Amino acid sequence: MEANLNTSAQLSLEKKRRRKKFIGSEAFYGYLFVSPMVLGFLVVMLGPLLYSFYMSLTDWQLLGDPNFIGLENYQRLTSDPEFGTVLKNTLIFSVGLVPVNIILALMLALLLHRNLPGMGIFRTAIFIPVMTSIVVWSIIWKYMFATDEGFINQILRVFSIEGPAWLYDPKLAMAAVIVVSAMKNVGLNMVLFLAALQQVPRTLYEASYLDGANKSKQFWYVTLPMITPTVFLTLILTVIGSMKVFGQIYVMTGGGPGNHTKVLVYYIWETAFKLFDFGYASAIAIILFIIILVFTLAQWVLRKRWVFHEQ
Amino acid sequence: MNNRRKKSFGTKVIFYGVLTLVSLIMIVPFLWMINTSFKDSTKIFTFQWIPDPFRWQNYLDVLEKTPFHLFYFNSIYIAVLVTIGTIFFGSLAGYAFAKLSFRGSSILFLCLLSTMMIPVEVITIPLFLLMRDLGLIDTHIPLIGIPILGPAGVFGVFVMRQFFLLVPKELEEAAKLDGCSYFRIYWSIMLPLAKPAIATLTIFTFLTSWNEFYEPLIYINSKELMTLPLALALFTDEVGTQWELLMSASVMATVPLLIIFFFAQKQFIEGVSMTGGK
Repeated sequence: MEANLNTSAQLSLEKKRRRKKFIGSEAFYGYLFVSPMVLGFLVVMLGPLLYSFYMSLTDWQLLGDPNFIGLENYQRLTSDPEFGTVLKNTLIFSVGLVPVNIILALMLALLLHRNLPGMGIFRTAIFIPVMTSIVVWSIIWKYMFATDEGFINQILRVFSIEGPAWLYDPKLAMAAVIVVSAMKNVGLNMVLFLAALQQVPRTLYEASYLDGANKSKQFWYVTLPMITPTVFLTLILTVIGSMKVFGQIYVMTGGGPGNHTKVLVYYIWETAFKLFDFGYASAIAIILFIIILVFTLAQWVLRKRWVFHEQ
Repeated sequence: MNNRRKKSFGTKVIFYGVLTLVSLIMIVPFLWMINTSFKDSTKIFTFQWIPDPFRWQNYLDVLEKTPFHLFYFNSIYIAVLVTIGTIFFGSLAGYAFAKLSFRGSSILFLCLLSTMMIPVEVITIPLFLLMRDLGLIDTHIPLIGIPILGPAGVFGVFVMRQFFLLVPKELEEAAKLDGCSYFRIYWSIMLPLAKPAIATLTIFTFLTSWNEFYEPLIYINSKELMTLPLALALFTDEVGTQWELLMSASVMATVPLLIIFFFAQKQFIEGVSMTGGK
């Protein structure tokens, strides 16, 4: 009995001691140091994400209280012709932008990956648009694409071609936005590819040269396999980026002409912050989230299968 | 031999030709912007190498018609605060995740990392409502606080953790024996060591914040609180087709950053390629 009491008293003493020990211990500081970011994760990221799911199930407008309406917003999406157009436009943008961007960036990186004079200047020139705000870049191009006397149509006139109304033509507006977006970001992907090319060990080229491989064989059997991880990662990042396009659309076309350049994020922004239809906008946002999630997961899964060399 | 040299000369011409063409396409918009910014409003669609009349006045007009100095100030101080906050909280958490052992640290880190796939555009609506309830709409707090605690911060944690993992254990063990507290180790040993990683993170965070457009568009209504990209985008609606003013404003918003870039381009490009352009 006495012994029992003794041990329980000892236990509680132990607990206190442990608590005292915890304060100021390595683990205590660990939790303390990560707490701002964990708090931020809960309040600024995870919480809003979960809340978005909830909001997408309500008819929340700016004024008034939210009513739970189940999947009604999602049903509305399936019968909303505008949403169909928006999805299609986003897809067109992505399909137009990604291959051009990746192939051009890869070609430029291969050209610049040599020790010739002047490479630094070219690299800088191609990288400058990356540094520039998308708003400024789009404003300049909107001006250059101006109909009657814009820079581009003036140049075309030199060749006696009557330039079209680029940004007011349903077929050309999206093409113009794609070209402008590709030029904005091609430098970024180029720099990533250049970094990857520099990582390829020289000995591989020497070995393949001794085995009689010519330049094009070296490219297909040495260079390309060695940089596939980077190409793949860049590809996914570019696809995800293309799903989130907004600034250039806002500045250059405002979604027009008609709805011909209205894309997902523009539609979310318009529905939420122009029409204040928060519930419906949240449903569209969730669709965007799912699309991006699928690409991210695809990256994780396929990376192991497709990519030849990975550490 | 001679033949081969000729061939290599030909490929060189093509090689430099292609690169020059691509570079020109990238540079011409900026030259056209600078050119137009000095033009008279009646000549904005006339091609002139040197504008005649050459109007500095356009710049003064922009400064008079808009509180441009405020846009500038807002952009700079928001980007500076976001950068400082991201570096401080990011490196603090990055140090803890890399060097301190505590239960659940790897799970917490994975949780943080997983938020990198949450697009800001998806969670903006709840964040907007949260900020509205807190009375923070039309203030700079969402533009500073959300990036630090959200996407920019998480990225900072990631970059800093990767760096601190490479720091040898002996350094901190010596400091521990000398009786240094963990914060002291972080502040006087780890942080000074991390200069390269901090430089990268600074460039990246500053640039992202400086160019951010979506968040200011949503949170800011008052003119005097606007940042440069937002002010420029709305200026487009306001002045309509007064391209010469729009171009002067664009020059003022862009050229300082380009000058900094020119002097520090090695760090910029290496930084961006190191961080994978996330």
